[in-house]
Amino acid sequence: MLTTFLQNVFNALQWGSFYSMIALGYCLVYGVLRLINFAHGDIFMTACYIAFFIATALLGAFSGGGVFVFALTLLLTMGATALVGITIERIAYRPLRMKGVNRLYVVITALMVGFILENGNLAFLGASARRFPDVIEKHIWQFGPVVLTNLKVLVILAAFAVFGLLQFIVQKTVLGMSMRAISYDKFAIPLMGIPVNRVITFTFALGSGLAAVAGILFGMSYPVLDPYMGMIIGWKAFIAAVVGGIGDIKGAFIGGFILGFIEIFITAVFPSSFKDLISFVILLIILVLKPTGFFGVARSTKI
Amino acid sequence: MALSPDIKTKQKTQLQIILAIVIGMAVVVFLAAIGVLNQYIQTVIMSIGINIIFASSLNIVNGYMGEFSCGHGGFMAVGAYVSSVLSLLLFTENKFIGHPLLPPQTALFLFPVVIIIGGFAAALAGLLVAIPSFKTRDDYLAIITIAANYIIMTAINNIPAVGASRGLMGMKGTVFAMSDLIPLPWMLIWIMVFVVVCVVAIKRLMGSVLGKGISAIRYDEISAEIMSVNTNQMKLLAFMFSSGLAGVAGGLFAHMLGFVNPSSFNIMKSTEGMVMVYLGGMGSLSGSVLSAVLFTFLLELLRPLQILKWVFIPLLLILLMQFRPEGLMGNRELPEVWAKLKLSFRGGKGNGISSGN
Repeated sequence: MLTTFLQNVFNALQWGSFYSMIALGYCLVYGVLRLINFAHGDIFMTACYIAFFIATALLGAFSGGGVFVFALTLLLTMGATALVGITIERIAYRPLRMKGVNRLYVVITALMVGFILENGNLAFLGASARRFPDVIEKHIWQFGPVVLTNLKVLVILAAFAVFGLLQFIVQKTVLGMSMRAISYDKFAIPLMGIPVNRVITFTFALGSGLAAVAGILFGMSYPVLDPYMGMIIGWKAFIAAVVGGIGDIKGAFIGGFILGFIEIFITAVFPSSFKDLISFVILLIILVLKPTGFFGVARSTKI
Repeated sequence: MALSPDIKTKQKTQLQIILAIVIGMAVVVFLAAIGVLNQYIQTVIMSIGINIIFASSLNIVNGYMGEFSCGHGGFMAVGAYVSSVLSLLLFTENKFIGHPLLPPQTALFLFPVVIIIGGFAAALAGLLVAIPSFKTRDDYLAIITIAANYIIMTAINNIPAVGASRGLMGMKGTVFAMSDLIPLPWMLIWIMVFVVVCVVAIKRLMGSVLGKGISAIRYDEISAEIMSVNTNQMKLLAFMFSSGLAGVAGGLFAHMLGFVNPSSFNIMKSTEGMVMVYLGGMGSLSGSVLSAVLFTFLLELLRPLQILKWVFIPLLLILLMQFRPEGLMGNRELPEVWAKLKLSFRGGKGNGISSGN
């Protein structure tokens, strides 16, 4: 009993790490722009595919794989995905923002960008599911009754590292300060000489880079890729961000783990088809009890 | 049009409109009955009708009330399933239930009742969103609607009695029972009737004091509350009314295809509804109707492209958002645009019409 419990705790930590990493990307963009970037789940999917191609190419070049190939794949994928994120922002969101249209139109555009990424992928790469190559060798560690793989540990550590890095960037650097400033007051900040567009571009690059980290690790953990994988994970990560209180980095991080734990433990107890049902019902209850999530601050409106 | 019309001309134009609609419907039914319109064209017309109901019902929440509901497909699923189960129970012979509870000939009169009961069930499901909406606002409410959509879908997936994820079949039996009695394209007739009823109902609701209250929430919820609009009641009304109409659309959809499964009401379906609403313009009923027609045509035209269709349509919408973000109609109704068109053809000046911006 205790063994399965501990095993499930580690599974939930791994599953929650993915949610957390994607939720952090949502959270960054939302915090700065007040925009739900619905394409984020599909950027994660794109990252998975980019990583797949890069890793396959690199494994062809350097046979055997290992830490070096993994690091190289990570860096290249992060760069490429950040480019994808910046491109989307430049083409789709920025013109709308410059016009100052209703926020909802930007959200709709984001949804549509997500569809284009999904179905474009399906149209150009075909519907056959691909298998992610083994970039690093699998080691299995036994800690008494609990079985851990090195991948699981890597994923959990990566999530915490990403969280720490983000906290550092947002709280301690000049860029992070400008990000917080933009989210605090959109109108006065450009007057202070802060290059708003540049900061927003950086935000998108950072969020997409995080999605890339999640994408590689996800591909390594669950090696089957399909074009619609980003959709469900994206929605759920967004929900995780909301449960934590959107626009708050700590909240998004913890929210991801909450959702991970809920899902894994439900599958442990109930049949797996109940997973979505119960997790969404719990989410509803949380949101009814705490309308702005766990760490969200209720914004007072001036009249 | 331009001068303020007195009561008589208003009644006259209303009568003309009603006559035009009835004659148009009769013509379509006649053409379908004598076989000029083949099955495919009929199906396209029916899809247009269902999409009109779906889009204009979503417009109540997303357009008039200014909230962001992205789980409208879930309510459509509730309506579809409830009315399908009822119609299987009441009118058709099948292996699950055996004999129908009522003679199948009664389907002629009871079919709309079944659809409306489906709509009521969907309205009750709308409470799932309406009650949390009292406290939560925009983004969080969007999440709740997505969650509602998923909850409904997974709940249906877990009920073996309605076929779980395999889906439910046999609703065609009801339609056949009707056409055996009187050989007319009954589905087409009922869909057109329901379209007219729903659109008129939405128009009347939005023109009433209640509708003005719903619109007040869009402009400023706090001010509306201060000006004695009961916002909770308005939200309840808007959500339940719109999900009820979506349920009606779902019931018609189920009987049109004769087959439903939960995955036909997923986020994609909800997104289609949103695309139609924003294509038409928020808070513009005629815009929703127009965009539903256009969108369905587009889907049919692009059918040969298969999967590329879903790259093309989003691209189109993104371009629309870039160059005309307010949608086709913007916040205006057809008569306002119409009057302007008339004037521009006549080359006169606008005599006292406010352009509805």
